Amino acid sequence: MDKIVFTKPKLLNDTPMHYCPGCTHGIVHRLIAEALEELGDTDHVIGIAPVGCAVFAYNYFTCDMFQAAHGRAPSVATGVKRANPDSTVFVYQGDGDLASIGMAEIVHAATRGENMTVIFINNGIYGMTGGQMAPTTLPGQKTTTSQGGRNPLEHGNPIKICEMLSTLTGPAYIARTSVHDVKAVRNTREAIKKGFRMQREKKGFSLIEILSTCPTNFHMSPVAALEYVKTVGCEAYPLGVYKDVENGF
Amino acid sequence: MKQLLKGNEAVAEAAIAAGCRCFFGYPITPQNEIPEYMSWRMKEVGGHFVQAESEVSAINMVYGAGGAGARAMTSSSSPGVSLKQEGISYIAGAEVPCVIVNMMRAGPGLGGIQPSQSDYFQATKGGGHGDYRMLVYAPSSVQEAADLTYKAFFRADYYRNPVMILGDGMLGQMMEPAQIPEAVDVNSLPKKSWAAKGNNGGKQRVINSIFMNPDTLEAHNAHLTEKYEEMKKLDTMFEHYRTDDAEVVLVAYGIVARICKAAVDMLRESGIKAGLFRPITLFPFPYGEIAKLSDGAAKTFVSVELSCGQLIEDVKLGLFDSKNRPEVGIFARVGGNVMKPEDVAEYIKSGRITQSWIK
Repeated sequence: MDKIVFTKPKLLNDTPMHYCPGCTHGIVHRLIAEALEELGDTDHVIGIAPVGCAVFAYNYFTCDMFQAAHGRAPSVATGVKRANPDSTVFVYQGDGDLASIGMAEIVHAATRGENMTVIFINNGIYGMTGGQMAPTTLPGQKTTTSQGGRNPLEHGNPIKICEMLSTLTGPAYIARTSVHDVKAVRNTREAIKKGFRMQREKKGFSLIEILSTCPTNFHMSPVAALEYVKTVGCEAYPLGVYKDVENGF
Repeated sequence: MKQLLKGNEAVAEAAIAAGCRCFFGYPITPQNEIPEYMSWRMKEVGGHFVQAESEVSAINMVYGAGGAGARAMTSSSSPGVSLKQEGISYIAGAEVPCVIVNMMRAGPGLGGIQPSQSDYFQATKGGGHGDYRMLVYAPSSVQEAADLTYKAFFRADYYRNPVMILGDGMLGQMMEPAQIPEAVDVNSLPKKSWAAKGNNGGKQRVINSIFMNPDTLEAHNAHLTEKYEEMKKLDTMFEHYRTDDAEVVLVAYGIVARICKAAVDMLRESGIKAGLFRPITLFPFPYGEIAKLSDGAAKTFVSVELSCGQLIEDVKLGLFDSKNRPEVGIFARVGGNVMKPEDVAEYIKSGRITQSWIK
């Protein structure tokens, strides 16, 4: 007798994703859906999509979704959560959305300890608008608005979100993971799951920063982009748990 | 039972009575009593108050709470309402019901903290980017501030559209006896099947304003326009005061209309047939009533406003098709100054009606 050993999580639908070949958004979408399903927490999920490549994330999830103005997703999520305190709310943001235009919103949602889970995609570049410099673009990295490579004297320095937010008292869980290989993907799923579990247990704000690729605007093959994240990315943005109230820090 | 209330407090308590259970604000004078009141009152009624990090954040919290089905409100004053414009545009585009209060202060820029009506264009002509309108109520007493705030939540839900209460620093700060409308039972309010509050595996609800296909967006714009046209039919509100035989009609809204009533009485005593026409909704604007007056005895219309020629534009639009071509003038004080009834009466008596506010 045939036995089903693998299925698509029910929080995802069959719509083909618009993401570029080798983009890791699709992996992270799936991890969110899997984590919630493994927790048995799929009935009252509300997601907030950002401005950026994931603006159409609601096309791929089956749960209720909002599309937020650029950078404002944590505020929208605050309103959603206050209106429905028993729902599970996830916020999906890229680096331009969260660490540039939405810096005030993410810092204050974190310091309020707003009971939500933020999935922060850090690939160091503006993808949807065509490869401009992001707040997380690394020194020397070439983008369409730092064409000779990011020069800190001219363009300023990259921002480390996990390190910054972990100085706050409000957040319950802050971790940086990656999706550059199978092990990293599995670790990311566990981190996302922990964030959602803590939200269910009303422990407060969780943020999982996920180092990601943008092969199109890195001008790399998908494989080379993953290798870049594994080496250069992980060196500049060390993986690890930056805050975890369950473990006393 | 009537209570002695500040305009700002009346707005806040009327919102609670209308079932508002989510309030998001940020301090700015002269509306601070609203968030202050909500900060303790929401606790009593089991609602939520958040002092946001900015007006930008507060309006986006309203977007979230309103989109998730709650009756939600924010309040601010002119510079803060400018900051909310992005969010208001998204809210209108995504058809999220909510109430936004603007207790206007003088501008532009940081301006001053004294009463003004200089956000008339911003409130009535769109304000943020893209084609959208809000229902705009302009109360002229503390009682009316309470009544219109209460009503605003019902009309917002009816249209799935933001509604603005456009007051000013004087209305927000002054105290008058007022009766708060009877409180609704929040649980008995109609369910919002479109709201994104968790779908239990059922049909997905998406609150958004992005339509990449031009034809789809055009159809969405047409749908929004139909709502605004319906507002014109169903929601236009106004008041006539001694306009029946009036040859001089003052047009004023909000607190200025109160001043103009006294001016009308003074003018009548000195034998001048004056009246007041007061728009209560600024969008939709009661153009038709202005036209009707011009078909009758009215030979002169004077826009009395706390702005440098904003209301007068809609007065002129109301007279666009007038056969009698009445004279149109303006009497304005700005910068936070407020005219006295005597000033208005004197201006009319002088007979030197001008179309520019600068004397």
